[in-house]
Amino acid sequence: MTPQSTNSIGLTGSPEPAVVLPQPGSSGIRRRICDTTGLPICLDAQLFIRINAVLAIVCLLIGGIGAILLALTRWQTIHLLRVDWFYRILTLHGLNMLIFWILFIEVAILYFVSTSLLKVQLFSRKVAWVSVIMMFVGAVMVNVTILVGKADVTMTSYLPLLAHPAFYLGIILVAVGTLIAVYNYFATIYVAKRDKTYEGSVPLVVFGATAAAIIAVVTLLHGAVVMVPTFLHSLGWIAQPDPMWYRLIWWGLGHQSQQVNVCAMVSVWYFLGTMTTGARPINEAVCRSAFVLYILFINLASAHHLLVDPGVGSTWKIWNTSYAMYLAVLASMIHGFTVPASVEVSMRAKGYTKGLFAWLTNAPWKNPGFSGFFLSLLIFGFIGGITGVTLGTQQINIIAHNTMRIPGHFHATVVGGTTLAFMGLIYYVVPLIFRRDYIFKPLARIQPYLFATGIMMLSLGMSFAGSMGVSRRSWDIDGAGSIYGPAAHLMLGVAGIGGILAFLGLLTFVLLTVGTVLFGRSNVGRKMDDWGTPKPLVAKVAAASEHQSTRGTMVLAIIFLISFAVYYFANWKALADVWPVR
Amino acid sequence: MSIHSPAADWFKAPHGHEKVWIGLALVWCLIMSLMMPYWHFRGQQNSAGEAYAVTPEDFAARVDRFVEANTVQEGINPIVEPPPGGHAYLLARQYMWYPVLKLRAGETYTLHLSSADVQHGFSLQPINMNFQVMPGYDHVLTLKPKTKGVFPIVCNEFCGVGHHMMVGQVIVE
Repeated sequence: MTPQSTNSIGLTGSPEPAVVLPQPGSSGIRRRICDTTGLPICLDAQLFIRINAVLAIVCLLIGGIGAILLALTRWQTIHLLRVDWFYRILTLHGLNMLIFWILFIEVAILYFVSTSLLKVQLFSRKVAWVSVIMMFVGAVMVNVTILVGKADVTMTSYLPLLAHPAFYLGIILVAVGTLIAVYNYFATIYVAKRDKTYEGSVPLVVFGATAAAIIAVVTLLHGAVVMVPTFLHSLGWIAQPDPMWYRLIWWGLGHQSQQVNVCAMVSVWYFLGTMTTGARPINEAVCRSAFVLYILFINLASAHHLLVDPGVGSTWKIWNTSYAMYLAVLASMIHGFTVPASVEVSMRAKGYTKGLFAWLTNAPWKNPGFSGFFLSLLIFGFIGGITGVTLGTQQINIIAHNTMRIPGHFHATVVGGTTLAFMGLIYYVVPLIFRRDYIFKPLARIQPYLFATGIMMLSLGMSFAGSMGVSRRSWDIDGAGSIYGPAAHLMLGVAGIGGILAFLGLLTFVLLTVGTVLFGRSNVGRKMDDWGTPKPLVAKVAAASEHQSTRGTMVLAIIFLISFAVYYFANWKALADVWPVR
Repeated sequence: MSIHSPAADWFKAPHGHEKVWIGLALVWCLIMSLMMPYWHFRGQQNSAGEAYAVTPEDFAARVDRFVEANTVQEGINPIVEPPPGGHAYLLARQYMWYPVLKLRAGETYTLHLSSADVQHGFSLQPINMNFQVMPGYDHVLTLKPKTKGVFPIVCNEFCGVGHHMMVGQVIVE
């Protein structure tokens, strides 16, 4: 860091106005200096960050409208949609939320971190245009095909169920478009390396985003392998691929793409930890090693969908459930420690040293960047992570497969975790990249809490209903007689109320963000409005040794481990109570 | 600072709480990964994935032979009682489970599951045991009912607009 003026979060400020800066060897490079961070912003990248972010928000809104319709249908008392529209909206919701919203925003994140943190130009405008047009056309094709009723196959589109060819072609276009954006990202990093725009190693956030990009390549190749033959089959050109083969490869896309999210989300945690509290990683080697563990081990989760399938045996299932040992889980447990620990160290250094948790209670909870990321961390870890590893245990899957425990799990990871973290990020990206300060800030400050509360209720309601056997992806659980008791119905009601709250949180977010992009006060020429960052209590703190100053995080981590163990072994007990089977 | 390049000497071994936590997490991961092979040998509930290739037509023919030989009560969905220790067949198709199985508690049966059309999900309620049912695959489970009663089989893999109506039955006496 240069010894320029720094603001309270330790970021270098710069008085320079936005200009087109000449660079040696090239003429008229289009960039400006960020008024808040002092980092150079590539104007090409800025354009594509904006386009991708806008498309992401549109998909988020489409998926969100789908979400509320589904939540109000599964809540048996309301049972809103007709049967055909339920599965149609289910397909729409899944693809817009899990694929389109996530991929568009992740492309924006890749362009953002590579160009701004490495101080380099986006590799190619043309490539970025090709990418975003392909993704956009693909997403429109998929959504239109679904809405005209030609793809009532749910997101997984398991063969022999068959949708209109446009559905598969749309998904292929989105996948290839994303791959092209990832290529643009790697090329940008290569240029930064070649031109030495940074010294030493890349920043941790770039490292994590690169890990996400690597996993994305593997993921999207799986998508191509499974979707191209299925597309050709839907045209009637080739015979039907084997449905078990389809499941195996599809989940290399379906689950692994969620691991891209995990990786991107963790990078966002580090980014927002720095932006909101000035946190710095305690040990870069530990954080980076954990990202490498993701790259090496995280694709195992695709096997978790095949644990009660025919045709794959116990050895295959046990090995692929854990790769002999849960090293990707270890990686998440490491990040789950190092992120809050870095916040704790930073807060204690600012003078918030009292007791175990003064660092946490004095954290900037009114800053939606902080609350978004910290609530994301808690929901992802305590609900998403614990349930995910347990459901993905080979034998325990017998009492969980295709029940509502599964969506209960992934709404905690992808929505309470990834989406909430990305919302927190957008509270910074919009002021920094769209150069407008948020409207109605008090509403923005409570939005993460509203969304998090809704998602927690939704997730827990689904999980408990699933524990009572309620099936996922079912329009009506009472249509063929009374199978489930009042407790299961109560839990579906809890999930429904959670769905309403989460939808209100999502709608608030979308309206605030769109409103800000259109009508927000311009912050060109000055720093973005500070969402609130903790002020140092003392001028200079006598640093206690670092390992002593993370004891609050250690206590949280031990609570986490105990919760994990209790839930895990309770599930083994529940499994032991069902009929013997082999 | 995670948004800036780290100092050149960033490659350091973990220490303090971080080191302790990594150790604890590693041990926990090891315990979890050992639980699965342990349960495989000692536990009563395992999903071994035993399966054989079968065409939907062949499987349907086997189901018909099984129903013919073992029916105890005629009907649209006949009640069929396989001999204790014997083979039981269950065909999933849009949108029913065929036939109704009648089993004896404490006896072991070899249950064959397959589909005549698309994928289905075998979900025995309220016991809550779930297995995937695939066309082209004869999914073989060795099952030992231990509670008496009438148990619905819910389809829990989306199979079409009638999915929610696809409920079968297992009777255990």
